[in-house]
Amino acid sequence: MANRVSLQPSPPHKGGVVEMKQVAVQTPIPAQNRRRVRIEERIARLLLFLCAMLGIGTTFAIVFILVSESLGFFKNVSLVEFLTGTRWAPLFRPQAFGVLPLVVGTLLTTIIALLVAAPVGLIVAVYLCEYASPRVRRTIKPTLEVLAGIPTVVYGYFALTFVTPLLQRFIPGLEGFNALSAGLVMGIMILPTVASLSEDALYAVPNSLRYASLALGATRLQTTWGVVVPAAMSGISVSFLLGISRAVGETMIVAIAAGQQPNFTFNPLRAVETMTTYIVQIAMGDVPHGTLEYSTIFAVGLLLFVITLGLNLISEAFRARYKEAKL
Amino acid sequence: MINASVDAKRWRAREHRREVMFQIIGAAMVLFAMAMLTVLLVKILLDGYARLGISFLTEYASRRPENAGIKAALVGSFYLMLLTAAIAVPVGVGAAIYLEEFARRSWWMRLIEINITNLAGVPSVIYGLLGLQVFVRTLMMERSLLAGACTMALLALPVITTAAREGLRAVPRSLREGSLALGATQWQTVRHAVLPVAMPSILTGVILSMSRVVGETAPLLVVGAFAYIATLPTSVFSPFTVLPVQIYDWISRPQPGFHQNAAAAIIVLLTLLLVMNALAIYLRNRLQVRLA
Repeated sequence: MANRVSLQPSPPHKGGVVEMKQVAVQTPIPAQNRRRVRIEERIARLLLFLCAMLGIGTTFAIVFILVSESLGFFKNVSLVEFLTGTRWAPLFRPQAFGVLPLVVGTLLTTIIALLVAAPVGLIVAVYLCEYASPRVRRTIKPTLEVLAGIPTVVYGYFALTFVTPLLQRFIPGLEGFNALSAGLVMGIMILPTVASLSEDALYAVPNSLRYASLALGATRLQTTWGVVVPAAMSGISVSFLLGISRAVGETMIVAIAAGQQPNFTFNPLRAVETMTTYIVQIAMGDVPHGTLEYSTIFAVGLLLFVITLGLNLISEAFRARYKEAKL
Repeated sequence: MINASVDAKRWRAREHRREVMFQIIGAAMVLFAMAMLTVLLVKILLDGYARLGISFLTEYASRRPENAGIKAALVGSFYLMLLTAAIAVPVGVGAAIYLEEFARRSWWMRLIEINITNLAGVPSVIYGLLGLQVFVRTLMMERSLLAGACTMALLALPVITTAAREGLRAVPRSLREGSLALGATQWQTVRHAVLPVAMPSILTGVILSMSRVVGETAPLLVVGAFAYIATLPTSVFSPFTVLPVQIYDWISRPQPGFHQNAAAAIIVLLTLLLVMNALAIYLRNRLQVRLA
């Protein structure tokens, strides 16, 4: 009894090793204390579990909201019309709900971005991994990280006020808002993603492959492109896929520099509207909540979500295979 | 024999030329990336430096570009960051602790992990739609600082969780085993032995994730940050604006004066990010010294 009174529960959270010693000294632990500790343990475990579950909850909430809000839309507009129509004009009479102009706008800017980021990113990765001296690598990698850390609204400003005027000097037909400069700048934006993930993949290729190739008399260049790059191909594909996924979901560069008119065109010199731009445009405007016009942003959002989710799952599958191959 | 050696010589010369050529191309591509960064920074500095000054930081947005300032946006960004961190850090770190310290390997855990990876890949504008529907409408927070912070917290969670897991993983096993052997429960072990050691690296991850939050625009446009605000937020339910939203608003106006303002605001934003990243690097280095 006296024992129980004199032994206070261990002073909370003084931290460090010292206190753990106290715990050891305090045996036998009184029953009341032990119960308190057990309850605390259970509560902590439950709270931590809930934290971990919030991610699952978020995913469910995203899917639920996109689907439930789109349902109203698809009651009025058939899925076929939505996916195959070539005119997107929800706010004008006569209304038209063909999403293809937005999809093509997204596709166009993404392709242009990839045309910049894939070759440049891969060559930079190869150069850094196989050729550059450690000192050069130490300088370049942080620079790429800086490029990756610049907010996209800044890239948008750059595209609109620098790249477009610059290109207009060489291409007379270029509109003030156009897919070309937005795509080019987006390519610069995803360049660090592509370069650094590709470099990781190249770096993971075992040296024995390089030595074997060099021992057979291949040059460094032949070894790089004939052996190392093919061996790292699944990792390189992951970097491209993630780059594409980021380009598809990118909002600010295209909203600022590519324009906000849903033209159904593959001409990179013209203004286009992407899916992301459309969502921002309507959400910022004064379209009343609950109308058919308003529900379009959730239908477009659902399509966008499905596309990026597909890309991420494919790249995840590639990554899994690439990990297996390493073993 | 002679012919073969001539061929070999020629072959070697050709391969050597190719080798040199690729080195030049590779260096050119690297220079291209560096040049782009330089051009971008120089362009923004040239456009914006003339507008920078104390009054630019202390004035509210205005219809006339020369009178406009970023007071509301700067303070809004700061509040948003603090509030987002207050929501996202406990939850994100908690999830990391659960996954690293408590969870047993199972298909369920694998699902949670894949889910976190995928959440990190969801376009930020989709988080905007989520926030609009859940926080702004269903929970009736309206277009408030709190709604914005909740949305940004969901966006930052995967980043914080991933960073915190890495920090926890770096804590040596012996520390946990020592604590458990002394009779501490698992939670006591985490709370008193593991977390204090992992804290600096978790903090680094938190700061980096917050630098993403500060630069994010699209979800806040969707949940309704206004660019035109002439008061500072007085509570978490006040309407608000942030730097990137203000920048976007100025960019989308045709007058060149507003473009100058946008460039000046970008300089402020980039400076803020630079400071945060420097802080993160400083913490990381301090941690390395300590463990060694």
